[in-house]
Amino acid sequence: MGPLVPDIISPELNLILGLLLGIAFGFVLEQAGFSSSRKLVGLFYGTDFTVLRVFFTAGVTAMSGVLILNHFGLLDMDIVYINPTFVQSAILGGAIMGVGFVLGGYCPGTSVCGAAIGKIDGMIFVLGGLFGIFAFGEAYPAILKIYTAGSYGDLLVSQPLGISQGQFALLLIVVAVGAFAATTWIEKRVNPESESFRFPHRAQRWAAAGVLVLGLILAALPDRKTSLLSAAADPAYQRAHPVERITSDELAFHIMDGDRRILPVDVRDATVFAKTSLPGAVNIQPPTMLGKEWRDVLSQDQNRKVFFAQDEASAVRAATLARILGYKNVAVLQGGLDGFNRTILQAAAPSEGLPELELGTARFRARAATEIAALIKQRGGVKPVRRIKKVQGGCGS
Amino acid sequence: MKTRYMNPYLAGFLLGLVLLATVFITGRGLGASGALKSVVTSTVWAVAPGHAAKTAFFQSAHPEGQSPLMEWLVFEALGVLLGAFLSGVISDRLTFTLEHPPHVKSWVRVAGAFAGGALFGLGSQFGRGCTSGAALSGMAVLSAGGFLTMLAIFGSAYAVAYFFRKLWI
Repeated sequence: MGPLVPDIISPELNLILGLLLGIAFGFVLEQAGFSSSRKLVGLFYGTDFTVLRVFFTAGVTAMSGVLILNHFGLLDMDIVYINPTFVQSAILGGAIMGVGFVLGGYCPGTSVCGAAIGKIDGMIFVLGGLFGIFAFGEAYPAILKIYTAGSYGDLLVSQPLGISQGQFALLLIVVAVGAFAATTWIEKRVNPESESFRFPHRAQRWAAAGVLVLGLILAALPDRKTSLLSAAADPAYQRAHPVERITSDELAFHIMDGDRRILPVDVRDATVFAKTSLPGAVNIQPPTMLGKEWRDVLSQDQNRKVFFAQDEASAVRAATLARILGYKNVAVLQGGLDGFNRTILQAAAPSEGLPELELGTARFRARAATEIAALIKQRGGVKPVRRIKKVQGGCGS
Repeated sequence: MKTRYMNPYLAGFLLGLVLLATVFITGRGLGASGALKSVVTSTVWAVAPGHAAKTAFFQSAHPEGQSPLMEWLVFEALGVLLGAFLSGVISDRLTFTLEHPPHVKSWVRVAGAFAGGALFGLGSQFGRGCTSGAALSGMAVLSAGGFLTMLAIFGSAYAVAYFFRKLWI
């Protein structure tokens, strides 16, 4: 379902939504006190930990929501923009921004909030920000090397740690609750007149217990992708939900017939598919079926989707997954591509001594071998294309 | 009498919901420095188009036949400006002031704000986003780069805070 752009919400309407979401963003930031530089830098002098509380609470809320929506298949994380990781540049940039934070008392978003309510220092900070970006643009060729070094693409923070996303969420929640408790303790001593204790202590404890339970649930939630893929690969599940098989002869007949209601689905690697595949085949990597990318193709019920791989078992896994995801009219090529090659493409020439029935089959296969081999040759090398692009986002793109 | 600020946990929760809604609807996070970049790009194109066409950075940020200001983040940042203003009206916090501690001279605060802004602008380009676009939005989608940038921002700020203490306390 999500993200709603561009399928459900048009790019033009998206700009208006950007304005509305921005209004909500700015409103909350100002209400939190982020329009005051002295309040913001209080974080670095132990006098005011508002920034830490707001920031961590917001991060945990949004992250938990993303994980939950993803678990129920409501948000396709293959499309959502994941800030790409460039190690050196991320650290260098963060280090420079940290100095800017202490010196200027704002970050870009909060300086806009400050400027909005008349803070002159906020306006000057914005001007400084424009100048800094201009300077970067002028120096761009010289710093391109470090800017693009250490690229890891859409790396998730849980991956190098070797834990699941839910386990990372639990870890972050524990750190956040610990930080909330510790900073409240520090604030009480550094700045006893601080106004920040609005919750009664009892409520604070209940809230802390609540988010920790949420963290445990997130950590225990099996990842949707993993659980669906493992169900589809489970032999017991496959026996209980058998997928229809189609023989090499039948498939060959449909291909020669030019039957458009048959869609061969090659589930092998893209590189193998690019070299050679059956005529008219599309290449679908099984995990991508979980997202939106192939929905319009697979949900055409009048077409029979014939899944195949080199062997039969891999195709059965993919077809079972397609069935779990609710797609209909799904079949598997019996014996896989190996079987198809043996029976059809490398069929022996019909010899006259065979009985009537077998002779007919042998003649058909010989004809199929020539015709389909020609079709495969015609197809040539095909580059698979990514059908749905990731959302372009982020500030540095 | 100014009204008090919102409970930080409630504000954080609401901010998290806004961010979650943004990701769910648009497939991307919130941001701020990206909008400033669009302003810089369009200014350079307007003032010195010849120079902009020769500079890789401004070239890449200018899509064919479209103003760099027709960007999602520009609209979002205009919203931030409006939303913060609205909040200021409601909570009676609208005043033209240069906020600084009494012992700090005005020109020092002005210089600090400009230098800080410049560093943040520069750093946000390296970090591919600032506190909003890289750190907060990156956290929501569990981006490793977002977490790295966040740790670097706050780590570096704590590391240098002592040397700039005269500016604030």
